[in-house]
Amino acid sequence: MGGGTHRPTMDLLRSEPMQLVQLIIPIESAHRSISYLGDLGFFQFKDLNSEKSPFQRTYATQIKRCGEMARKLRFFKEQMVKAGLSPSTRSAISDDVDLDNLEVKLGELEAELMEMNANHEKLQHSYNELIEYKLVVQKAGEFFHSAQSMAAAKQREVEAQQRGEGSIDSPLLLEQEMVTDPSKQVKLGFVSGLVPREKSLAFERILFRATRGNVFLKQSVLEGSVTDPASGEKAEKNVFVVFYSGERARNKIVKICEAFGANRYPFTEDLSKQFQIITEVSGRLEELKTTIDVGLVHQTNLLQTIAYHFEQWSHLVKKEKSIYHTLSMLSIDVTKKCLVAEGWCPVFATNKIQNVLQRATVDSNSQIGTIFHILQTKESPPTYFHTNKFTSAFQEIVDAYGIAKYQEANPGVFTIITFPFLFAVMFGDWGHGICLFLATSYFIIKEKKFSSQKLGDITEMIFGGRYVIMMMALFSIYTGLIYNEFFSVPFELFGPSAYGCRDPACRDASTAGLVKVRATYPFGVDPKWHGTRSELPFLNSLKMKMSILLGVAQMNLGIILSYFNAKFSGNELNIRYQFLPQMIFLNSLFGYLSLLIVVKWCIGSQADLYHVMIYMFLSPTDDLGENQLFFGQKFLQIVLLLAALVAVPWMLFPKPFLLKKQHEERHRGQSYALLENSLDESDEMEVRHGSSSHEEFEFSEVFVHQLIHTIEFVLGAVSNTASYLRLWALSLAHSELSSVFYDKVLLLAWGFNNIFILIIGIFVFICATVGVLLVMETLSAFLHALRLHWVEFQSKFYEGDGYKFQPFSFASLDAEDE
Amino acid sequence: MYGFEAMTFNIHGGYLEAIVRGHRAGLFTAADYNNLCQCETLDDIKMHLSATEYGPYLQNEPSPLHTTTIVEKCTLKLVDEYKHMLCQATEPLSTFLEYITYGHMIDNVVLIVTGTLHERDVQELLEKCHPLGMFDSIATLAVAQNMRELYRLVLVDTPLAPYFSECITSEDLDDMNIEIMRNTLYKAYLEDFYKFCQKLGGATAEIMSDLLAFEADRRAVNITINSIGTELTRDDRRKLYSNFGLLYPYGHEELAVCEDIDQVRGAMEKYPPYQSIFSKLSYGESQMLDKAFYEEEVKRLCLAFEQQFHYGVFFAYMRLREQEIRNLMWISECVAQNQKSRVHDSVVFIF
Repeated sequence: MGGGTHRPTMDLLRSEPMQLVQLIIPIESAHRSISYLGDLGFFQFKDLNSEKSPFQRTYATQIKRCGEMARKLRFFKEQMVKAGLSPSTRSAISDDVDLDNLEVKLGELEAELMEMNANHEKLQHSYNELIEYKLVVQKAGEFFHSAQSMAAAKQREVEAQQRGEGSIDSPLLLEQEMVTDPSKQVKLGFVSGLVPREKSLAFERILFRATRGNVFLKQSVLEGSVTDPASGEKAEKNVFVVFYSGERARNKIVKICEAFGANRYPFTEDLSKQFQIITEVSGRLEELKTTIDVGLVHQTNLLQTIAYHFEQWSHLVKKEKSIYHTLSMLSIDVTKKCLVAEGWCPVFATNKIQNVLQRATVDSNSQIGTIFHILQTKESPPTYFHTNKFTSAFQEIVDAYGIAKYQEANPGVFTIITFPFLFAVMFGDWGHGICLFLATSYFIIKEKKFSSQKLGDITEMIFGGRYVIMMMALFSIYTGLIYNEFFSVPFELFGPSAYGCRDPACRDASTAGLVKVRATYPFGVDPKWHGTRSELPFLNSLKMKMSILLGVAQMNLGIILSYFNAKFSGNELNIRYQFLPQMIFLNSLFGYLSLLIVVKWCIGSQADLYHVMIYMFLSPTDDLGENQLFFGQKFLQIVLLLAALVAVPWMLFPKPFLLKKQHEERHRGQSYALLENSLDESDEMEVRHGSSSHEEFEFSEVFVHQLIHTIEFVLGAVSNTASYLRLWALSLAHSELSSVFYDKVLLLAWGFNNIFILIIGIFVFICATVGVLLVMETLSAFLHALRLHWVEFQSKFYEGDGYKFQPFSFASLDAEDE
Repeated sequence: MYGFEAMTFNIHGGYLEAIVRGHRAGLFTAADYNNLCQCETLDDIKMHLSATEYGPYLQNEPSPLHTTTIVEKCTLKLVDEYKHMLCQATEPLSTFLEYITYGHMIDNVVLIVTGTLHERDVQELLEKCHPLGMFDSIATLAVAQNMRELYRLVLVDTPLAPYFSECITSEDLDDMNIEIMRNTLYKAYLEDFYKFCQKLGGATAEIMSDLLAFEADRRAVNITINSIGTELTRDDRRKLYSNFGLLYPYGHEELAVCEDIDQVRGAMEKYPPYQSIFSKLSYGESQMLDKAFYEEEVKRLCLAFEQQFHYGVFFAYMRLREQEIRNLMWISECVAQNQKSRVHDSVVFIF
């Protein structure tokens, strides 16, 4: 590991060199040290107490205290939201509040707030009750009034009837009834109150059933909603009056009222008393209203002071909680005088960490400093790349596949260029590129504003990848210029087209074709190709060959990276028996194909490359005939074929046998010989040997593994190369789609010579371009580029079984909570 | 479904089955119980729970915690999950899910009626009711004086109405009557649920009939043991047994005439699945029987998850979660009352 410091920094290619460090911190300065380390954010603590459950750890009580304080803060926040206040963001007054004071203060505030709430609730309860009472009195008064007037009218009617019809027909019973009526009315009792409207039907039904229909229920709908005294929520209610007879019925009705949450209120029939009650109630309502208002003002004031400090407090509590969590991960020395911490830190941060620890010792007046001690370990360190806001998104693309193993070659470096480039090959249109660029520039310009606020899911994703999208847009402008595509309109940007008509009238342009009249078009595809019959065959051939070239180049890069990986870890076997045959195999087949493509482009031959490639396998000795591109091609093909055939067993057999031999040698105690040639890496070697000597060597397993690896590579060489043809396919789809939208929508609408149709046409064109070409095509090209990187490129060398460096840092604390 | 559930089950039930299996993954394991059993105070329990799925439900509880709060919040979580599933469910799964709650409904009815009989406050009783078994007019139960009124007033609107057909009498309610009512209702409920599951067919019928048969047999044994020494006649006792299950019909005949616990044991040991339960108990002991039955039930419920494309998982999950809450309640009580030595007496490990 010591060797790492002498090498030039590889920045992104290799992850930062890490070291396992043991800190022995005196107990009096422990809290401060951890706090300072958290500010620095370069130290990943290891949990040394993982076998202990959370509440058995040393600092469990403090964590509980912090949890309790966090709960109080949440309570405050809830109250603030209820009161419509938001915690002020500018409360960055950094008067040092320490935890104990804060705890006391929070407790006091909570008690005060609770008391206020309780008082408020009590007042509100009686207030609501009074309001309901008032409503009941009013409404029930109306019932009685109308009932009485109706009864009076009826009586008059009956009397009139009696007088008019004489006494023969009038039944005696009726008369009797009339006589007994007032006495019966006296016996009828009634209950009045309010019932929630959605329950009123069931209420009526149950009342009916319970008393076997011997009640009279009168309900009246209240306009607007009433606040229920018990729950404090707004509800729509009905006023009811139930008339009954008998004490048993009354008991039942009262019980049913209770069961339905119907509030009963006393009511008198006497009109004057009613007025008296109403005035009384109104007076009390006034009083209560003022009391409640005063209470509310007081509460708001209190909440405002809380809101002023809220951010600071919650930050402090979060920080303290994380510190105690970290402290709980440390193990306590037997003497209980110091804490022992273990963890990873990058080598470059050693000095910073030591300074910080020094400062913590001084600040807490500790007698003894913290001991910083580097440990040797067999464990694989975490992977840490020092990314910035530009590179981080690209690194994310790689990390989504798998975190790089410690110090293995990082494909992220190459991804920065190859990813947007492969994307652009599929998305080649400089018009679309400019649209994409404008969209992403908006995000980049507003970067400061966006990064501080919370965005939606999708916006968040686009914002996170803004630099990736910018690169993709720039590259697609570039490839668009090469393809000469601008919303499928050709432009003569780099000079006039090389082709012209045979005669000035240009009659046979679409039948006999054009002739070359000027020098070749200097950059990209000649605009005259656009719309010709031979456009597709020409572009297909071009893009297909280009895809193969790009693919072979990228796969070669992958294999070369595997060489650097092997060299970095000093693994000679992998270089000789994996890297070499792989290079030979791939290049003797597809490298050769690429060579043929380039030669064909240069000399303008009409040879059929499919034929050449297929007959290279089927009958390598046959004469090439008209497909011969250069002298000695047949001989070269035979040599390459033989090389490819040799490469397969070369990949398969030697490595497992040599591994076995090495293993046996090591067990005979001869492994020291290996150390001589790599003295500078002695630590590393020792570590590696230490770990491997414990492993069981299972030959069959190793062999099967190698077999799978070989088959995968051999078949993969073919299928991966074919897979790169997606570059051509997507590019074709993109240009065809855009030409369809241009020809069939925009030009068609134009042809009608009608302004209205034209507007519709333009609208449809814009929608289709944005929806299909700019959004969906971007997404699909992005996914295909992603696949090419993850599968075709990274499978050649990338292990991706590392784990990320997650330092203890306060900066990430706020982010994860939001 | 006719055995081809795999083809069509996922159209309606796939999403919910995935959800319920996800919930099941959150059930406590033996390691969780071990940690919980080591807690010293209720705050420790809260701290441990805060790392589990119960966390969000407990995090805003002020610190002097009570066992009831813990149980209440944990039940709330179960209820939330149940309601979510019920919202998403289509027929016949929604009916199936509703069936699961009827048992709680019966318990709640009995709780309120008994409570009113002993003149307890209705509001207090309502708080004790299981939230899964609530229905609109439950509080009105307090009004009823006898079974007939009970039915006519309240229960006719609830899904329990059909189960009442066998126990409408004009007798006044007393403890004995209520207990008989509970068992009659339960009998009718289990039989109805059983029939419903048979109608669903396929793996659901297969698994649910096994689970419900176990439930019916357990009730039969409990009824027998509880009625020993009371004035319940043999015929009446016989009437309370559900008409299905492993014990039906011959086991029921034997249970009906049992006069003490050892006779029950003798009758049950003829059935291999129950033999293993009774063999764990010493003679004359009935205290540990509940736990033994619970353990057996949990084992069977866990097995329901081994098969796919059936509704039994919903039933099993609800039951397992309830068992977990019972465990939690026991542990919290033990911790709160400093009886930690007894903590293992009644905890049934699920995994």
